[in-house]
Amino acid sequence: MSAFLAKRLLIGLVTLIVASIVVFAVLEIVPGDPALLMLGMNATPEALEALRSQMGLDQSIPVRYFNWIGGMLMGDFGRSWTYSSPVLDLIIERGIVSLPLAILSLFLSTAIAIPVGIFAASRRGTIADSASMGAAQIGVAIPNFWFALLLVYLFAVWLRVLPAGGFPGWGAGIWPALKALIMPSLALALPQAAILARVTRSAMLEVLGEDYIRTARAKGMSRRTVLWRHALRNAMIPVLTILGLQFAFLLAGTIIIENVFYLPGLGRLVFQAITQRDLIVVEGVVMLLVASVVVVNLVVDILYAAVDPRLRVKA
Amino acid sequence: MSAHQAAPSRSFGLLLHAFGNRSFLIGSAITVLIALVALVSFFWTPYDITHLVVANKMKPPSWAHPFGTDHFGRDILSMIMIGSRNSIAVALVAVGIGMGIGIPIGCWAAARGGWVDETLMRMNDIVFAFPALLSAVMITAIFGPGAINAIIAIGIFNVPVFARVARAGAMSIWPREYVLAARASGKGRAQITIEHILPNIAAILLIQGTIQFALGILAESGLSYVGLGAQPPMPSWGRMLFDSQTRMMIAPYQALFPGFAIVVTVLGLNLLGDGLRDLLDPKLRRER
Amino acid sequence: MSLLEIEDLRLHIGNLPILKGINLTLGQGKVMGLVGESGSGKSMTALAVMQLLPAAIQASGRISFNGISLLGAPEAAMNRLRGNDIGMVFQEPMTALNPVKTIGEQVSEGIRWHTRASRAEAEERARRMLDRVGLPEAKFPLSRYPHELSGGQRQRVVIAIACALAPKLLIADEPTTALDVVLQKQILELLRDLVDEHKMGLLLISHDLAVVADMSDRVTIMRNGEVMEAGETAHTLSQQRHPYTRQLALASMHVPDRGEKAADRQGPEEARSAPLLSVNNVTRDYPHRRTSLFGKPGVFRAVDSVSFTLDEGQSVALVGRSGCGKSTLARMILALDRPTSGTINLSGYDVSALPEAKLKPARRNMQIVFQDPYGSFDPRHKVERLVAEPLHLLEIAPSISERRDMVADALDKVGLAPADMDKYPHEFSGGQRQRISIARAIITRPKLIVADEPVSALDVSIRAQALDLFADLNARLGVAYLFITHDLTVARAITDRVMVMHEGKIVESGRTDDILDRPQSDAAKALVAAAPDLQRALERRLARIGRI
Repeated sequence: MSAFLAKRLLIGLVTLIVASIVVFAVLEIVPGDPALLMLGMNATPEALEALRSQMGLDQSIPVRYFNWIGGMLMGDFGRSWTYSSPVLDLIIERGIVSLPLAILSLFLSTAIAIPVGIFAASRRGTIADSASMGAAQIGVAIPNFWFALLLVYLFAVWLRVLPAGGFPGWGAGIWPALKALIMPSLALALPQAAILARVTRSAMLEVLGEDYIRTARAKGMSRRTVLWRHALRNAMIPVLTILGLQFAFLLAGTIIIENVFYLPGLGRLVFQAITQRDLIVVEGVVMLLVASVVVVNLVVDILYAAVDPRLRVKA
Repeated sequence: MSAHQAAPSRSFGLLLHAFGNRSFLIGSAITVLIALVALVSFFWTPYDITHLVVANKMKPPSWAHPFGTDHFGRDILSMIMIGSRNSIAVALVAVGIGMGIGIPIGCWAAARGGWVDETLMRMNDIVFAFPALLSAVMITAIFGPGAINAIIAIGIFNVPVFARVARAGAMSIWPREYVLAARASGKGRAQITIEHILPNIAAILLIQGTIQFALGILAESGLSYVGLGAQPPMPSWGRMLFDSQTRMMIAPYQALFPGFAIVVTVLGLNLLGDGLRDLLDPKLRRER
Repeated sequence: MSLLEIEDLRLHIGNLPILKGINLTLGQGKVMGLVGESGSGKSMTALAVMQLLPAAIQASGRISFNGISLLGAPEAAMNRLRGNDIGMVFQEPMTALNPVKTIGEQVSEGIRWHTRASRAEAEERARRMLDRVGLPEAKFPLSRYPHELSGGQRQRVVIAIACALAPKLLIADEPTTALDVVLQKQILELLRDLVDEHKMGLLLISHDLAVVADMSDRVTIMRNGEVMEAGETAHTLSQQRHPYTRQLALASMHVPDRGEKAADRQGPEEARSAPLLSVNNVTRDYPHRRTSLFGKPGVFRAVDSVSFTLDEGQSVALVGRSGCGKSTLARMILALDRPTSGTINLSGYDVSALPEAKLKPARRNMQIVFQDPYGSFDPRHKVERLVAEPLHLLEIAPSISERRDMVADALDKVGLAPADMDKYPHEFSGGQRQRISIARAIITRPKLIVADEPVSALDVSIRAQALDLFADLNARLGVAYLFITHDLTVARAITDRVMVMHEGKIVESGRTDDILDRPQSDAAKALVAAAPDLQRALERRLARIGRI
């Protein structure tokens, strides 16, 4: 167990280091001088020079890289040039919108998909199976931002029960804030749920064809009992893999969905920062997102080991 | 183990199965239809979309304009037809990039094993750790928006997908006895990969190809929607949806048809992939 | 009233009949052997009794167990019977257990399900049962997972599950086919003892006449979904009234006519030239799975200081239990793997050290035949291309017509028609595929063929033909064989010399008859004692009847 996890941890660390180099390098080659962008075209050369040295742009690339990394490790993500506030403050301010959004949609998609997948697998070949899988097939094909538009039309324009967009802030109370997150999280969750339901069903069906299911049936256990006691846990292994991958999709999905609903979250922050060349913000947010993907994958690995004793060999 | 009947001939049997497979039939019909629409749009569309008729703007669907017109008076059906070219081209080239780079990487990793495999696959993991759309946004934002950069951005994220699938497939073929026999015949890794591995993993790669094609169309529409894909005046489905958003109150149909176009295309490709999987996947159709 | 009565059982998928009117009766405490080659429908018969047939199969006829009609019995009633009154043991122990549950959970689960016993009571019974099948708690606590056990141990767990509630009827479907002979003997003895202890009826399904002759009171011989003959074991198998019974019995005792044995042709006094193959002090270590990230991985010694020589035209068997290192050794001889230390020399080439590019001449002289007639061909290539593959080793590539001639010649030598070269491998039966495999091996006219369990996946009658072919090619082409097998009947049938391998070492070697008749080492003795032998089994059974 420890060797397995230690290896995973090491891989996660290496991933983070390489990712940081890639992010730094990519943004390094971005055309355009940030100082020039900040001060505008008619800035004096002296002012530009002063700003550059204040931002550390006159230092060598390795030095700047290590300064940046070291700063992040100490919790100093730098200062945004457009918002003129610390990047960390921005991240926290926006994160309290994005994180609940991601968690809510992950919860929604799992809560819908896994029962549907199990249900369809247990009634393989019935109308209920075909209907739920047909729906999933369509769900996979729907772009989440279009689904979001349909939701807005239905609930905001037509029924007028939910706000079309914007976020009142958590200060306005839990319910108004949650209300603003319902449609965005539904829009994010639906396509993911469709994929997850299909994966759950096919994983279940594959497991139900295994020899040990026949062994369990030969013990006299009913089909349903075998499904719950023997098939489910084995089927969860591929489902976990997809859940881990989906987390990355969810994070990326927030970029578009937050734009649809004008939510002040991390996705919108990074999108705006890119278009405004506010590179220090981009670097910080991207690293944070990559780190959360790495952490989620690590959690998935731990869950693997919990589900599958074959990964726990040689403690 | 039930008694499997040996098919009279492999290809004939496959054909017979293909006609009995609903997913495959519907999926390939939709795919062919979309491809035809894209082709036809080069020669003919109901209206000329470069010709703006302001008097016709924001018309709801009618016999003259089955899908209605947009805020410039352009025919939405014609726009969707031309937009299909962009979606198909971006997704297809992105799949090509993914296959062209990913398959050799996956096959190489499987053939060499050891540290080569480990290194290549860890590099894969690193690319996977970047949420695909986030990086696409980064790439297009840095190098400027446009169809070409959208292709590159989506293509890069197809690379590790194909590398993984190719590696997993190749790894399952390498220990087979016929590969050992080829090695005992003095054949090298590259030759075995070309003669035995690739033909035997072609089916799963093809299936993955249709899936990534569908995902590529979704990703392209997403990028266009946030303004990072094809640039106006080139019509694209995602951009049309973005334009419709502000006019949702008065012209909801504008948001409907481009969305349908995306759903139908992606659905068709996914059904085709499912059908191919049923037909070709040895796990489901054992030869005996 | 018998324990199990099957009357006129018919199964079909759509219009395709699988079973065509099976009749079978099994009394309490008796053992019925159900014998047949693959496709005879014996497993389907068993699944029909369990009512675990695939949904697509329709059944008709009558199956009654203890007076209860099983065919069409409601699912709830079947659930009460399965695991309680009827237990079943399957063929493949590696996949028959749930990998994410402990063996204790899997054994006690059925007990709790049927008896409503508390967890502690059920675990206590499971503990006793596992102890009874030879997995004492001291060494195999209930908390073990299946992947921590070997194949034989897993099969014991499966037996414990099936027998946990002392069922009246036990069905064992090829319970030892996936195991080596020594394990086979142990498992069969365990089954026999359990049957005696609890007065169970046992329906033993097997393709191996010797196993059935040894175990069962009565036999039913099946072919293509029909019963050919049924009756008391010793009489049926020794009198062989039905031609198919006779055919099966002859095939399973078949010894190819090898004329003068090669070993005799080449008298020991004759001055021998250099051996074809010499293996000198070869060792192969594999690193263990690492236990910690920075610790030094331990090693597993698969092959341990093995030395031997093999002369031209000689046929040698390398026998041993599964996991003894024989396949690893074979791979090193074929230069598919490299030894950790030691050298292997084939007609002057050091195949253990030469780089791949310089191995061509050596590879021309050695080829391989595999066990699995299904997995040894690329399904996408035609026979011509498959058989011609080793021609890659020739210095001058043959022209297309030369190539076809050579393939035709090789196919002819193994008894196939030259026209077969334009077919795909899936168009051939298992036995024919094995012939194609041999054609591929002889096309470069090698001096040595390494055959890894070449007949163990074949039905007995086909196996006899394949052995004849091997013997014939040895006599005609003078090709030497290294047969890797755990089956001593194969060794006896076709080889001059035997080497016995155990835990990576060759513990005994000599003339085949000497070793098989007078084994010296413990490993050889165990193998000889465990080898199923139809003749001996029948003699024992007849003697027992005579005494009664």
